[in-house]
Amino acid sequence: MKLSKMTALLAMSVAMPAMATELEVTHWWTSGGEAAAVAELAKAFDASGDKWVDGAIAGGGGTARPIMISRITGGDPMGATQFNHGQQALELVEAGLMLDLTDVAEANNWKGIVNPPSLLDACTVDGKIYCAPVNIHSPEWLWISNKVYEDLGIPVPTNWNEFVESAPKVREAGKLPLALGDQPWQSNLAFGAMQIAVAGLDAWKAVNVDKNMDVAAGEEYAKVFAAAAEARELAKGSAVQDWNQATNLVITDQAAGQIMGDWAQGEFQVAGEVAGKDYTCLLGLGLNEYISTGGDAFYFPKLDDPEKEAAQKRLAALLVSPEVQVAFNLKKGSLPIRGDIDMGAANDCMKKGLEVLAGGNIVPSGDMNWSPDVQKLNEDLMVEFWKSDMPAADAHAKWVENLKSGL
Amino acid sequence: MSVASEADAIRTSSVAKPRPRWSRNVSSKIAAIPMILTALVVFLGGTIWTVVYSFTNSKLLPRANFVGFDQYERLWSQNRWLVSIENLLYYGVMSLVFTVVMGFILAVLMDQKIRFEDTFRTIMLYPFALSFIVTGLVWQWILNPEFGIQGVVRDLGWTSFTFDPLNNPDTVLFGLLIAGLWQGTGFVMCLMLAGLRGIDEDIWKAARVDGIPTWKTYVMVIIPMMRPVFITTLVIVASGIIRLYDLVVAMTSGGPGGNASQVPAMYVYDYMFQAQNLGQGFAASTMMLLSVLIVLIPWAYLEFGGKKHG
Repeated sequence: MKLSKMTALLAMSVAMPAMATELEVTHWWTSGGEAAAVAELAKAFDASGDKWVDGAIAGGGGTARPIMISRITGGDPMGATQFNHGQQALELVEAGLMLDLTDVAEANNWKGIVNPPSLLDACTVDGKIYCAPVNIHSPEWLWISNKVYEDLGIPVPTNWNEFVESAPKVREAGKLPLALGDQPWQSNLAFGAMQIAVAGLDAWKAVNVDKNMDVAAGEEYAKVFAAAAEARELAKGSAVQDWNQATNLVITDQAAGQIMGDWAQGEFQVAGEVAGKDYTCLLGLGLNEYISTGGDAFYFPKLDDPEKEAAQKRLAALLVSPEVQVAFNLKKGSLPIRGDIDMGAANDCMKKGLEVLAGGNIVPSGDMNWSPDVQKLNEDLMVEFWKSDMPAADAHAKWVENLKSGL
Repeated sequence: MSVASEADAIRTSSVAKPRPRWSRNVSSKIAAIPMILTALVVFLGGTIWTVVYSFTNSKLLPRANFVGFDQYERLWSQNRWLVSIENLLYYGVMSLVFTVVMGFILAVLMDQKIRFEDTFRTIMLYPFALSFIVTGLVWQWILNPEFGIQGVVRDLGWTSFTFDPLNNPDTVLFGLLIAGLWQGTGFVMCLMLAGLRGIDEDIWKAARVDGIPTWKTYVMVIIPMMRPVFITTLVIVASGIIRLYDLVVAMTSGGPGGNASQVPAMYVYDYMFQAQNLGQGFAASTMMLLSVLIVLIPWAYLEFGGKKHG
């Protein structure tokens, strides 16, 4: 069986036209929906006459990035690799290890079509473009189980404040108000979502974009920490590890809500739930409807082979093309990086995201604003804060200190 | 063999006129060069490089931009690092005491000229053949409240039985300890058994003639005589504890509650690779090296320095 398959594969590879160039592409998309989305990319690349060699690395970005980086710095670069656009690959670009894509970007008018433009800015170092953005993921969503509230006989909350008010009743009914997984990044994500919802856009921008540390230490952010301390009480008794286990608590109506990114809707979809009927999604926790434009991008390490370099550029152009964007993002559940394509097949929550995106209520993501070092420091702080009784003021002071270390 | 005989030949041929020191045993010196180079370049060189770069502000790539003790100041102001050290201390002391005591008692029992000793020894040593990752995963399942011990006992009828060490921040270290002991005790037992076998029969005969009780012979005579074995065991076990990493990753990944089972090696990995802050990771690993040296130097002194303790 295996042997005949191998022979068939071998025959195929021999029969491939000599033009086809193999490119190994590394990424950390390994869950069901993610793998289906990657398959769309591979299909499109293979159809264009080249060959996509899949290099999936299981275990999430935290596991995959060190492997990718050590391969690039260790002299064994792949053809293309996923990073979150922002500062993760900044030093690799600065060290001259990445391919300059400026000519591809100009030939395909990326400046004109990539929306929001901040995505392309995140790929730009010293005026040159080094990555091809493929999608937008926003983390500031509150997912609510409608059934929990129907059973209690109270209306489904429409924003964070109502959600907090309703929490004691949810507790009385023996259910968990807020599901929160144990992994550090989840605490950090929840805090990030509360930042923009509670502090508002101006304070958020002053801290994260203009890096004004007086605002960071100020009253607006003290409110955020107070709100987070409140939310921490709601999450007491949530004994799960992974984010999708926490989402599952909401899906099975054991928990009232979860703060999680838009990737959570994939889980609701798989469970056969319908947005608006079985669950409710509140963007910006229902307080401030802003989308932060984090997401994924592909970087192309410099290779010596000019043929491979040409193939890398072909792939870069392909990733941004309209057909690939539609096919990939529908499977992935993320928003496309260009506004000029038809996403009619999207569900309600996704449409809401597209609407806000089109309206321009967008902010840059944490990966664009802060170095991985500062983010790790904050992750460590947040998981401690959310899982212990650390006073809000102490956490606030420590948080400002962490931000200052990244200035 | 040929090297030795050649060296002998050289030595006998030059009996009349002693040759300069450096040219003696030339071939064996040449043969040792690769090993010496490896030791110098890979081990010593790598270590020195790491220590030097821990004084820089290297991020993703190593850069020789020196910032003095900044990385160390930051390291010691991190709550996560302090908690890691505390966890390691608790785990280390408990693990050291229990493995050595249990290993010694098992070795004594094994030394009573029992039947099937080989079989028992093999069984006791088996867990040591497993990596910490496998050990950790196995025990994670055994201690899982749904599928492990708690589940089984509840199915038997004791429905209020609770045994869930890994999900409680106060008990998670004991959960790790159980797995660590299961893995390491057999090895310590074998070391101890070898030590016991090295004790001269005549000592036992003399003790019996004097009418000293067996337990007293062990405590007052045998254990002091086994001092080198104990010291070697302590060094091996202690250096294993300091680099504790895979067991924690497999069983708890540092949780529950964020950092109830964090250890220094995890801090090193996270900051070197996830946070892309090599300088911080190097500083933390230098501190780990320092603690290993604190364990190793007294041992080396006792082993090689003072000949009289031999």
